Amino acid sequence: MIQLEGISKNFGKQVVLNDINATFENGKTNLIIGQSGAGKTVLLKCIVGLLNPDKGKVLYDGRNILALNKKERLLLRREMGMLFQNAALFDSMSVFENVMFPLEMFSDMTYKEKEERALSCLERVNLLNARHKSPEELSGGMQKRAAIARAIALKPKYLFCDEPNSGLDPQTSLIIDELIHDITNELHITTIVNTHDMNSVMGIGDHIIFLSGGRLEWQGNKDNILDSDSKYLNDFLFSSDLLRKVKERESMKRTGVQ
Amino acid sequence: MNFIIKWIDTFGSYLMLMKRVIGRPECWKMFGRQFLRDIFQLGVNSIPIVLIISFFIGAVICIQMKLNIESPWMPKIVVGYATREIMLLEFSSSIMCLILAGKVGSNITSEIGTMRVTQQIDALEIMGVNSANFLILPKISALVTFIPILVIFSIISGIGGSYAICYATQIMTPEDLTCGLQYCFIPWYIGCSIIKAIFFAFIIASVASFFGYRVEGGSIEVGKASTNAVVSCSVLILFADIVLTQLLMQ
Repeated sequence: MIQLEGISKNFGKQVVLNDINATFENGKTNLIIGQSGAGKTVLLKCIVGLLNPDKGKVLYDGRNILALNKKERLLLRREMGMLFQNAALFDSMSVFENVMFPLEMFSDMTYKEKEERALSCLERVNLLNARHKSPEELSGGMQKRAAIARAIALKPKYLFCDEPNSGLDPQTSLIIDELIHDITNELHITTIVNTHDMNSVMGIGDHIIFLSGGRLEWQGNKDNILDSDSKYLNDFLFSSDLLRKVKERESMKRTGVQ
Repeated sequence: MNFIIKWIDTFGSYLMLMKRVIGRPECWKMFGRQFLRDIFQLGVNSIPIVLIISFFIGAVICIQMKLNIESPWMPKIVVGYATREIMLLEFSSSIMCLILAGKVGSNITSEIGTMRVTQQIDALEIMGVNSANFLILPKISALVTFIPILVIFSIISGIGGSYAICYATQIMTPEDLTCGLQYCFIPWYIGCSIIKAIFFAFIIASVASFFGYRVEGGSIEVGKASTNAVVSCSVLILFADIVLTQLLMQ
């Protein structure tokens, strides 16, 4: 479980995050949504420790990452997996070597065990046949799947995904979303996904927080997001034609029933 | 005033990065793999350009010496002597390292800079890897190991070039050249060249890595960082050359 307590971050005079409080539970796919510039990426960077917030605490099962010393922070990071927006695979290595990398760096397993683990991760994301290819030979969706395989190689407790669907077509996005959701349930890990993809919101949002102007405007889940009273959230959601039509149809149905 | 503050800030950042770089690798196996890759990519791949440039410069120095200082008052050994001293003391160590700062330095900066802008360095950090140590230490080790070898190749190739021009153009006899090359030879000068090369190798690898590591933005910033790295490496090599020459040759 990851808890955020009063996270605030300014860049100069610009307030980027303002007193964010939230809890992300194990076994759930937690989404951070919001418009571009709302502070999603900064919040994710504060959570994983790539940025230090000006105020507040980030608690990983009770351990405040900001209060840990360098060594403890490195050890905590080994419990994390992260999928970056552009996959961030190491381009000097093949797909298999990418997945082997965290195992070779930190695992005490024998080479055969590491190899088996890497192959099972690649099989899980359906990339076994592409294991000898280099990252630039893969499509965007395959790169994302390879990055997921690398992220789960060390069986992390926490998985972070920054815009996992950016640059992907809707079908491939769906595959990536399902993969993230299934892995979260299988490994019973805490997953935080930073997205503004509405299909992800409606498909895998077990817990959703909505940021607007650096503030936490709303939190809930995919089942109650369409019924929110928040003006900012509704403006954000119904800027999507698809959701606006769904909403209109639901309203018409309700009116018809009445 | 601003320039001085900026310079001090940059130097402080460089020292802080070096503090993260210098240390025991987290995984020796991965370090060894990176080290070998860098030896081949940065060192072995530079052998052809070092041999070619040194060969021609050796030949040209020989011609220039013959044409410009030939006089009945000058002994015949002067051409060989001057060619050897120039190659040994300055060209093969300092000038060759300036050339390598362009080739290898820009390669290092663009590689690390691209890793930065494509978030590969962030990915390493998230995994709990000390990215500075993992990426930069093998490059420093590889260059400090291999550039002295390139310097030896350069000396041999330069002297080979001067012999080749003697045979090809008959401007002087190879025997006179040999006499000059052997005249008053001080073996310590080879040691000086190698010591200088070790310092220059450290400057090239560490400064180029520093500029790559702190890139922010996109491809244009990577390009600018590469240019800045080459300029800074060149200036630092020239400055270090003065200091080292004064210390070693006194």
